[in-house]
Amino acid sequence: MSIEQLAERVNSNEALVRRGRYFSETVMIEVGTAQYLVRFESGRIATVARVRTNLQSWTFAIRAAEEVWQRFWEPVPAPGYHDLIALLRYGRLRLEGNLQPLMANLIYLKLVLESLRDRETSR
Amino acid sequence: MNVTVEPIVGRYLRMEFQGRPHRIYFEEAGQGIPLLCLHTAGADGRQYRALLNDAEVTRNFRVVTFDMPWHGKSSPPAGWENEEYRLTTDGYTDLIMTVARALALERPVVMGCSIGGRIVLQLALQHAAALRCVIGLQSSGRVNPYYDISWLYRPDVHGGDVCAAMVSGLMAPRSPAAERWETLWHYMQGGPGVFKGDLHFYTVEGDIQERLAKIDTKRCPVYMLTGEYDYSCSPDDSQATAARISGAQLTIMKDLGHFPMTENPAQFRTYLLPVLEDVLKRERG
Repeated sequence: MSIEQLAERVNSNEALVRRGRYFSETVMIEVGTAQYLVRFESGRIATVARVRTNLQSWTFAIRAAEEVWQRFWEPVPAPGYHDLIALLRYGRLRLEGNLQPLMANLIYLKLVLESLRDRETSR
Repeated sequence: MNVTVEPIVGRYLRMEFQGRPHRIYFEEAGQGIPLLCLHTAGADGRQYRALLNDAEVTRNFRVVTFDMPWHGKSSPPAGWENEEYRLTTDGYTDLIMTVARALALERPVVMGCSIGGRIVLQLALQHAAALRCVIGLQSSGRVNPYYDISWLYRPDVHGGDVCAAMVSGLMAPRSPAAERWETLWHYMQGGPGVFKGDLHFYTVEGDIQERLAKIDTKRCPVYMLTGEYDYSCSPDDSQATAARISGAQLTIMKDLGHFPMTENPAQFRTYLLPVLEDVLKRERG
C-alpha cells in the first residue's frame, strides 16, 4: 500500500470528504525515510508530493516507520497496529506541530489514513 | 409494518445521593439474580442494550443498568453549572451501593466495563458481603495515562467528536460497523467535560493496584474479561491486575476491544454466558 493512492481513496468517498469539509491544511506524513506533504482542501486531497527539498512548511507531522505503516494498512491489523492513537500509545508513531487542527478533525483524519486499507477478502 | 417492542423497561429513580437530590435513569429486563451493569466513562446504559434484550440471560437474571449522574438521561444535580465534574472512588462506590439499595437489588452480581471494571474491584474489596460476585470487563487496578485529557473539553475542539475519536480505535476492527458507530454516537452525546471528569477517576485518582491483594475471592468471586484490541486497558494491564488477586479468573477475548458488550454483542456473549452459567451453578450449590 502506498501513500500516493491517498487522494484517489479519499476524494472518491463522498461521506469522508463531507466529514472533513472544514479541514484545509498541509500535513507531513513520514513513511520511514520518505516524507510526503499532503495538501487538504475542504476535506479533499489536492496534492500528495514527496518532499525533495528543504524549507517546506506544514501544520503538523505524522511520523512512523515504513514497517509500522504497512502493518497499519493490513486489512485486519494486529492489536496495537489497528489505530492511529494505538500506534501513538505504544510509541510507534510521533505527532508534531500544531495539533489543534488534528484533534478537531481526528475522526476524519483517522478514516483518511485507514482508507488505504484493503477490505478483508475472506476469513 | 413490522413492529417490535423490546422487553426493556426504563424509569426514573428519585433519590438522595451525597446529600443532594438526584434523578437517575435506569433500565431493566428479566427476573432472577440481580445483575447490575455499569457503563464506561463518558457513555450511558445503552451500552447494555443487547444484554437487556438477550432472552437467554434475562430468563435467569434481572438485568439492571443505570445512567450515572451527568450521563445519558440522568441529569447533573442542581447547581452543576458552578462545578467541575470529577468522578472519585468514594463517590462512585457510594453511587452504586445507593442505587442497588434503592432498587432493592439483593446481593447483586455487579458487572462493569472500563471505569466500571475498575470500580467492581473496589466493590469486591469494600462490600464483598453485599455482593454475589463481580465481573470486570476491561478491568484493571491501574492504567497508564497516554494522552493529555484536556483535549476532551476545550472550546476550539468539538467535545463530542473528539471524545468519539479518542475511543474509536479502542474497538476491534472486525466489530460490526453498525455497533461501533452506535457506540461512538453515545460518546458524541456526552455532556461537555463529562468523559474527562470520569477519566480523572480512571487515570489519576482511582489507582487501586496496591490494594488488590486484599480482595478475598472466596467471599466475592472476581471474573475478568478483556478484549485483545484494547490499548487503554490492555490485556497486559488486566493480566497484571489478575496476578495480584488470588483466585481471579481472567479470559482474554478475541476480536473484541474496550467496549465488548456494545461493539460486538454477539461475540461478547460467547464469553459472558459461561461466566453467568458459573454464577448460576454456584447459586444452586
